[in-house]
Amino acid sequence: MFITQVLNGLQLGSIYALVALGYTMVYGIILLLNFAHGDIIMVGAYVSWLVMAQLGLPPVLAIVLSVAACTLVGVLIDKVAYAPLRNAPRLSILITAIGVSYFLENGAQLVFGADAKVVPAYTDLTTIQLGGLSLSFPSVLTVLVTIAATVALTLVVQKTKLGKAMRAVSEDMGAARLMGINVNSTISFTFAVGSALAGIGAVLYAMAYTQANPTMGMMLGTKAFVAAVLGGIGSIPGAVVGGLMVGFAEVFVTAIGLSVWKDAVVFLLLIIVLVVRPTGIFGRTMSEKV
Amino acid sequence: MSEKRPIISMGGRGPASGGARRTLPMPARYAINAVVVLVLLILGELMIDGGAINRYQSTVLEQVGIYIILAVSLNIATGYLGQLPLGHAGFMSMGAYGCSIFIIRVSEALGVGARDFVTGTPMALVVVVAGLIVGGLCAAVAGIIIGIPALRLKGDYLAIITLAFAEIIRVVMLNIDDVLGFELTGGAAGLTGIPGFSSFLLVFGCVAVVCFLIHTMMKSRHGRAILAIRDNEIAAEATGVNTTYYKTLAFVVSAFFAGVAGGLYAGCVGVLQPAVFGFMKSIEILVMVVLGGMGSMLGSAISATVLTILPEALRAFSEYRMIAYAVVLIIVMIFRPQGLLGSYDFSLSRIIERVMNRDFPWSKKDAAPAADVAEGKEVSADAER
Amino acid sequence: MFENVSRRQFVTGSAAAALALGLVGCGGNGGGDSAGGGDASGAIKVGIMGPHTGDNSSYGLACLNGAQLYFKQLNADGGINGKQIEPVVYDEKGDATEAVNAYNRLVQEDGVTGIVGDVTTGPTIAVAKASVADNMPCVTPSATAADVVTYGENYFRACVTDPEQGRVMANFAAEQGYKNVATLYLNGSDYSEGVNEAFCEEAEALGITITAQESYAEGDVDFNSQLTNIIGTNPDAILVPNYYQDDGMIVNQARGQGYDKVFLGVDGWSGIYGGSENYADAANLHDCYYCCAFSSSNESETATKFVEDYEAEYSETPTNFCALGYDAAMVLAGGLTAAEEAGLEPGSEDYKQAVIDGIADGTVEGVTGSIAYEGTGDPVKSSLIISFNEDGSEYTFEVLDV
Repeated sequence: MFITQVLNGLQLGSIYALVALGYTMVYGIILLLNFAHGDIIMVGAYVSWLVMAQLGLPPVLAIVLSVAACTLVGVLIDKVAYAPLRNAPRLSILITAIGVSYFLENGAQLVFGADAKVVPAYTDLTTIQLGGLSLSFPSVLTVLVTIAATVALTLVVQKTKLGKAMRAVSEDMGAARLMGINVNSTISFTFAVGSALAGIGAVLYAMAYTQANPTMGMMLGTKAFVAAVLGGIGSIPGAVVGGLMVGFAEVFVTAIGLSVWKDAVVFLLLIIVLVVRPTGIFGRTMSEKV
Repeated sequence: MSEKRPIISMGGRGPASGGARRTLPMPARYAINAVVVLVLLILGELMIDGGAINRYQSTVLEQVGIYIILAVSLNIATGYLGQLPLGHAGFMSMGAYGCSIFIIRVSEALGVGARDFVTGTPMALVVVVAGLIVGGLCAAVAGIIIGIPALRLKGDYLAIITLAFAEIIRVVMLNIDDVLGFELTGGAAGLTGIPGFSSFLLVFGCVAVVCFLIHTMMKSRHGRAILAIRDNEIAAEATGVNTTYYKTLAFVVSAFFAGVAGGLYAGCVGVLQPAVFGFMKSIEILVMVVLGGMGSMLGSAISATVLTILPEALRAFSEYRMIAYAVVLIIVMIFRPQGLLGSYDFSLSRIIERVMNRDFPWSKKDAAPAADVAEGKEVSADAER
Repeated sequence: MFENVSRRQFVTGSAAAALALGLVGCGGNGGGDSAGGGDASGAIKVGIMGPHTGDNSSYGLACLNGAQLYFKQLNADGGINGKQIEPVVYDEKGDATEAVNAYNRLVQEDGVTGIVGDVTTGPTIAVAKASVADNMPCVTPSATAADVVTYGENYFRACVTDPEQGRVMANFAAEQGYKNVATLYLNGSDYSEGVNEAFCEEAEALGITITAQESYAEGDVDFNSQLTNIIGTNPDAILVPNYYQDDGMIVNQARGQGYDKVFLGVDGWSGIYGGSENYADAANLHDCYYCCAFSSSNESETATKFVEDYEAEYSETPTNFCALGYDAAMVLAGGLTAAEEAGLEPGSEDYKQAVIDGIADGTVEGVTGSIAYEGTGDPVKSSLIISFNEDGSEYTFEVLDV
């Protein structure tokens, strides 16, 4: 039973971690808490449902289109809602992000209705036998994809030219522009990567939990957000550690029979970490310019 | 950067405008405003008694008043202090539960029946006022508990930590009964048996008192300290403002009034369920403040009024309401980040003084540009980190 | 100090008040005709309210469809006493405040003679409290909390209460010989918690051991850790008292963990399979039983006819909520008929009282069974135990008579 709970925590934690990676990418570069990130996942799940349940197309196409749609929506949101506010006060951008999130949720409710839609199975494979343990296939895949995404992202940010540009923009947008970096396209690229991750997250989510509903992004987004902040927002390993922490915290609170307090414990954990270490576990401290 | 003005405009012109400008003495200003408020309250009450406003309309009016208090109280933290708390509904629920539980228990002990609250016996009135204060205090205590750790953080972190606290409050309200072993909040089934004590007079009486208190606070040195923190925290600290103290103060005052509004809400609706006070409610209040103008009490009040009455008037379009909210929020942020009214605030005394000085907008003389500035047409000092 | 405090604009309050008054003054369209209850053509106005948008809209819309279908059929049959029924529909978005507003508007501005609503518990309690002063006859299709009908004698419901459903399932569990039962409920839902509490109490009285009571929160989709706990206690059955979307995920995840014994549910399960979506896999629905007032699988004559009519009107299969909306409308119409036959003036106090008495004394043969009230607002009615075939379709396992 203990091992099963650990696996439960691992699965939950890696979904949170994957979503938290998207938050962290965007925050790292323009210091924006993209409230709409969870809702981009919702869009991805609905696209999968549309492609498979409504159009009857094969799962591979559903995966590709979901990721593509999420990427597109992410970049579009940046261009329409966030780009005009690059130099605006932080408060304005944050409120805009809340507005975007609201727009996506209520738009989906208007188009698809409040009832959940069932996303058909992407694959017939449901369990994997490993030794004496039977592991659920979506869980294993989620963990693997999260590891792969973390490695890939770290490589992109550390080794590629674009990654260097991203780091430069995040360090000092003005100076980066003077150095000849195209700030706008770098930011767009970041949004594209973050949203593509959300798309992958959407597919894995739909694979594990099979339902898409308009408000699914809200709780998922909030928890992943907590995970990103816990780990130190802006830090890639931080997002993974934070995600796993939230996942394990939830599972273990439940395992000891206190399931009603599960959410309260997660939020309390966040508050404690923030009070003790205001930038999160892996966050770097930025001195404020006067 | 263009000229920054204090969030509450001084009104009138400085001594530089020359000549003997006639001004109202302070007591006269208060007297005039008090009379106007009283006349409006009595007028409203007479219209309700006379049947010119039916119960449907007066209930909506009560809700308008409640949302005005919520919006102006959030405005303290958002507009004046420049922070973004996302847990205002949490304070509201603390107040609502504190006030209702107090009133239910005390009226039981004192033998005040449900009818007394409707007819408004003196005893019932005392209980209600005490209940509202208790509600406010409950929220204020929550404000202190949340504020002290939260205000060490900045901007986004503060937003997320207040969101977290509001969620914790909600979970506690849901499950506290099982822990205590006796009936306190009624859990998910909700707290029922709350007497319907809210009335037009009570709600708008509270609106007037709350606006007055916030106004005087913001005009005092405490208020100036809070504004200074918003405009530049480091500079404020350097000039000797105790930033932690004043941030907590603004936060707690904001929570207190939200608690009072929560109490009035309980008396208006008669049933409390923790689910009502979720993230959505916080956002709804935030939208009111942002639309009206961060830092403008009048703006908050107007948008609270419009956003409460409009959905009632447009019941047929309710499907599109939430989408419209979202779109308006984004558009306002992009094209007018300081909100519709910016930081302009209305002052009756200022208008009377202008009349006394024959200083009308259409009689443009030497002082026209200065008057424009006083009117708040300038770009406001918006909430820059 | 005083100089510091002083300034001149505390008028903001007065400005707000003035504005509010002005707006409402213009906004309201009088309401002088409110007491009418009928217009020149002699139609009877009836209010229907519920959450038609927002998270709970699927329930609200189902009730609305059912109620409108009934009034439409009634009008086609000549109405009541030769008068047509004119439904006035308001959405309250699942919010108690909006519900009170909608109620006041129905009564004061539209002048309805009776109301079908509200749908979910919180708003219904708020409406019930407000309606007592008017003695307005109201029938809620689906608000199951015990409180709803206790404020005045004017409130009735067409469904059975949460505790009643909990007791029905506890008795069913005892009958089936389950010794150990665990529960998994939604923390924060009055419905889910209400059923859970009554079930556990009754079950323990019947000698069943409750091995675990686990909960989850609104918006949760991963129930694996709760289920691991529950399965660890090796129960004969698991009670899942919630709505079909969550129930579907719970059943799938539990079967995924290798649990192959019994699931017990209540009427929120209606629609888990074969409705708009299949929320659980057909293969996982073996050994699932839930109690319910209505199932499209029910072969009674009224139910079959209702399913046909409903499908013809809305081209979808009716759920439990549709049937309850239909029956609530029928109950209210029964009361209205009594008042009309007495020849009373619509809108008068006597008329309202006659409607209330008519409902209290009458019996209607609804699609969810025969509904009668014995001195309370709670109906005395039969319920069904529904189970599933191998292909996921429902069948009536047992009919529990009064």
